[in-house]
Amino acid sequence: MIFFIMRRLITLLPTLIVPLFLVFTLLHLSPGDPAAVMLGADATAQQVQALREQLGLNDPFLVQLFTWLGRMATLDLGDSIFLRMPVMDAILQRLEPTIMLTLYALTIAVVVGMVSGIVAAVNRNGVLDQVSMTVAMVGVSMPEFWFGLMLIVVFAVEFRLFPVAGYTPLDQGFWACIWSLTLPAVSVGLVQAGFIARITRSSMLDVIGEDFIRTARAKGLPSRVVILRHALKNALIPVLTVIGITFAVLMGGAIAIETVFNIPGIGRLLVNAVARRDYPVIQGVVLFMALTFIFINLFVDILYGFIDPRVKNQ
Amino acid sequence: MSIAAEQPAVSTSREPSFLVLLFSRGSVIAGSFLIALMVLTAVLAHWIAPFDPNALNIANRLQPPGSAAHLLGTDEFGRDVLSRVIHGARTSLAIGIAIVAFAVGIGTLIGLVTGFYNRVDMVLSRIMDGLMSFPGLVLAIAMTGVMGASSTTVVLALGIVYMPRVARIIRSAVLVVRELSYVEACFALGATRFYVLFRHVLPNVMSPIIIQATFIFSYAVLGEAALSFLGVGVPPTQPSWGNMLAEARTFIVLAWWMALFPGLAIMITVLGLNLFGDGLRDALDPKLKGR
Repeated sequence: MIFFIMRRLITLLPTLIVPLFLVFTLLHLSPGDPAAVMLGADATAQQVQALREQLGLNDPFLVQLFTWLGRMATLDLGDSIFLRMPVMDAILQRLEPTIMLTLYALTIAVVVGMVSGIVAAVNRNGVLDQVSMTVAMVGVSMPEFWFGLMLIVVFAVEFRLFPVAGYTPLDQGFWACIWSLTLPAVSVGLVQAGFIARITRSSMLDVIGEDFIRTARAKGLPSRVVILRHALKNALIPVLTVIGITFAVLMGGAIAIETVFNIPGIGRLLVNAVARRDYPVIQGVVLFMALTFIFINLFVDILYGFIDPRVKNQ
Repeated sequence: MSIAAEQPAVSTSREPSFLVLLFSRGSVIAGSFLIALMVLTAVLAHWIAPFDPNALNIANRLQPPGSAAHLLGTDEFGRDVLSRVIHGARTSLAIGIAIVAFAVGIGTLIGLVTGFYNRVDMVLSRIMDGLMSFPGLVLAIAMTGVMGASSTTVVLALGIVYMPRVARIIRSAVLVVRELSYVEACFALGATRFYVLFRHVLPNVMSPIIIQATFIFSYAVLGEAALSFLGVGVPPTQPSWGNMLAEARTFIVLAWWMALFPGLAIMITVLGLNLFGDGLRDALDPKLKGR
């Protein structure tokens, strides 16, 4: 198992280099002189030149790239132009709402998605199958931020069950926090549940047709055991892949949802940084999200090894 | 497409039966209907929209649906929501088509080359993996943030985000096709790799290309809406479903109709594309029949 994890880690290296390179180039190409921006409007040309020299902005592209990569290796993402603080601190400050929202939404997506996928597969072509697949299809066709707006209209404005917007931090109580995140989590979670339901259903149908399922039924196992222990376990790999992707989509989707519900998370940080042209923050957040995504995929890869020993020995 | 058209003998004998097969599916019929509805709306926007989508009428602002000839109500500047939704179809579909052309065009080319030339594959496939290691929307926001918000940057950013998905799928299709005996026969007859690739391999990976194009279209409509919603997409001067929703967010407590209708339009379009794409995939891939 350790060997398997090591091998995965090594194959990860080239994948890490591309985002790093791309993010640096993106920033390098961005219009405007960072030195001029940092000094403000009334700086003289000489001051700008001096700061450019000090920041190494006059060095050749490759020299800058390697200096920058060196800084990245020590997790130094630079300072925000607007917030006057290190980018890393800004990200860490806004991490909690995004993590809470993502985990909450992921829980909803996985539970609703897998349950309805299994129910649909077991009742293949029955009423439950058709209803759940129609709902899933409509669900995956909705922009989740619009679904969020509609939930606000119904549950916050009309019935006043939930807050219209805002986030209650975790240190003011777990349930208060969950309460404030329910509408946002439901809006992203249910849309993603549609994807998980569809893949669970088709993956289950694949497995249910196999010989070992017939054997399990033939030896008299109750249907519940056959479905949950034999079929589901073998249908899990494609589902897990989609859950890994869902994680990334949730992080991306969280950007729009954080805007809808005014949640001070990483997504808001990115959108605000774009509006203020705060390039170090844009760079830092993009890099942070790419790395998180890469490590989630690594984690999913390693999970494959636990669920299906055949993957490990390939 | 011109390559496929050069083979009338094959296509005429197969096409009718394939189309019959395709349109015997309920999802394809429903999907085509919804897509046709949206395309017609976009094309005929100038004739069917009851008002000028940008005509301001402050006296009539935030009118609920059904009032004073405004079937779907008015927004915060008194502009007619229905007319804006109709004109938004133009923006969304045009941008969607441009993204599909960009992503599928370049993605297919990269997929063909990486599937066929091992040496290029090493480098290009790593770059594609790297591009796919970003959550799509995050990369698109960063790119539009650096390049400035406009319709062109939306197309570029989302095109680059979706391109690797196409490339990866076409690459795996090419890997299968290139081992087939007719490809070997072409080489034996002295055909160049370039010729075989475009004359023989490309037509045989058309099905995954078409399926991908449909799904990329639906992602593109959703992606454009999200970017415009976040204010890094289509500028507010041009009505798009996404930027209508951005304005609606501010007035969500007062005017639900500003949010409901542009979102429904997005949903109908994406649903149509997804239904059509699903049916198309089932029809083109016999392995999945009956799912």
